[in-house]
Amino acid sequence: MDFWIDDIGWPFIKIFIIANVALMMVALLVWAERRVAALIQDRLGPNRVGPLGLLQPVADVIKLFLKEDLTPGHVNRPFFIIAPALTMMPAIISLAVIPFGASLIIADLDIGILFIFAISSLAVYGITIGGWASNSKYSLLGGIRSTAQMISYEICLGLSVIGVFMLSKSLRLQDVVLMQGDGIWLFGEHYTGIMGKILDWNIFKQPIGFILFMIAGFAETNRTPFDLAEAEQELAAGFHTEFSSMKFALYFLGEYAAMISIGAITVTLYLGGWTFFGLENLGGSFSWLTQILIFAVKLLALQFFFIWVRWTIPRFRYDQLMRLGWQVLLPIGLANILLTGVLKLIFKV
Amino acid sequence: MAYKLVERPDLTLAERLYLPAVMKGLSLTLKYFFKRKKFTREYPEEPTTVPEGYRGLPALVTDDEGRTKCVACSMCEWVCPPEAIRIIPGSLEEGNPVEKGPKEFTLDTLRCIFCGLCEEACPEEAIFLTDQYEFCGESREEMIFTMDKLLEIGGTRIKGVKKWKKESDAGFHNKGPIR
Ligand code: SF4
Ligand code: SF4
Repeated sequence: MDFWIDDIGWPFIKIFIIANVALMMVALLVWAERRVAALIQDRLGPNRVGPLGLLQPVADVIKLFLKEDLTPGHVNRPFFIIAPALTMMPAIISLAVIPFGASLIIADLDIGILFIFAISSLAVYGITIGGWASNSKYSLLGGIRSTAQMISYEICLGLSVIGVFMLSKSLRLQDVVLMQGDGIWLFGEHYTGIMGKILDWNIFKQPIGFILFMIAGFAETNRTPFDLAEAEQELAAGFHTEFSSMKFALYFLGEYAAMISIGAITVTLYLGGWTFFGLENLGGSFSWLTQILIFAVKLLALQFFFIWVRWTIPRFRYDQLMRLGWQVLLPIGLANILLTGVLKLIFKV
Repeated sequence: MAYKLVERPDLTLAERLYLPAVMKGLSLTLKYFFKRKKFTREYPEEPTTVPEGYRGLPALVTDDEGRTKCVACSMCEWVCPPEAIRIIPGSLEEGNPVEKGPKEFTLDTLRCIFCGLCEEACPEEAIFLTDQYEFCGESREEMIFTMDKLLEIGGTRIKGVKKWKKESDAGFHNKGPIR
């Protein structure tokens, strides 16, 4: 009986909650992106459907469902059909190992972060296969660019988080969360004052790693300044030029889902996850609700930052992108590991 | 030499780091984000005003005594590039010096391109482009405007050519063209 409850029942409930919350957030993000973009550009953005235009995503989805699903004659059909799903899936699957609360984690894997990297590398297949199966020059170029970009930045992404795990001494994401925010260790002493607690967040202990992770994260999610795969001005719409209706929508939502999963990883690794200096225990047996709320607030703040950056920074040129990845970020990532090791010895953290 | 070498300025460390420039850009966009004044005009609530000389819906006008100025000469019908105007002329009463008037005058607003050629061609100054831009309907038939509707939109114009006002017109004053 325990097997059914503990191994089947609870996980399903958690999956249901997390998947739904994630999809709701995707919808919210689509709205937020348009509103923030508009406000930054001195416009108002969609504000008609529902209060503040919040129901705009609903209207969009209805529209996308009703659109004709066009499959051009020259495409490679099977791949053309599965490609959009391949982009969406990894983003959602990586949420499985992210702790949204003390017990709100679908799969508490010992190798959490490795799982995430293994899965998120698959996201590039959706784009590459989509670009290739479309059998048109723009799509192919978009797909190829995306492959090169993802491979370059995946390495940087991996290197940037090693510092975090050197400090936490564990690959379990739950351990990483619990290690943050309970006071910093310096020279064998435990500082549990408010400053000590704040400085215990990995963003302060690993500032270089954090910046590297964010840059690589932007590249991973294919967003400006690294949206070379789409690059409207050069490639029509890049890899999704030939897609329409819900196939296009899946790509579109996949991008936002990837944003959420990268954001969730960042919150977990660098921003203290679901903890907030003791606030997470509020609410007694309903503290899981508080925890998920804390997580959501942090995540949304980060998503705002993603959107904000998108509407600020112009796109990199392709050669600049490659140079930045291999000649700048990679050495810095390696140096950060060395630096972390040295500082760890000096400060005895 | 046919070309000139442009010296590229050496970038400072801060410039090469790129991040300070990013911060500057971010603060600028944030400033705009919180700016209250937006360029958006929320259209149906906040009506737009059109500039003078705006070419909107063409409409027929009447003179100060409420008579249709149009004499059904078909100049506009002939000049109209998309053939939006259709006129069926009819003769006026016996002895009327104007002789002719439109029995039917329809304007297909779906075809009209608002070029203003009808206004230019009209010898009687009977058709004008108004500043109307809000007209829509649910069917094609609804968008074909009849003479009554066009006269109502056009209203009265007193200035300009006035064919009816002649001494010899006495007695025919208020009748207007037959339909
Ligand atoms: S504005 Fe141009 S298109 Fe429209 S009715 Fe007059 S002549 Fe025809
Ligand atoms: S509107 Fe003017 S041009 Fe057209 S038929 Fe009447 S009088 Fe002639």
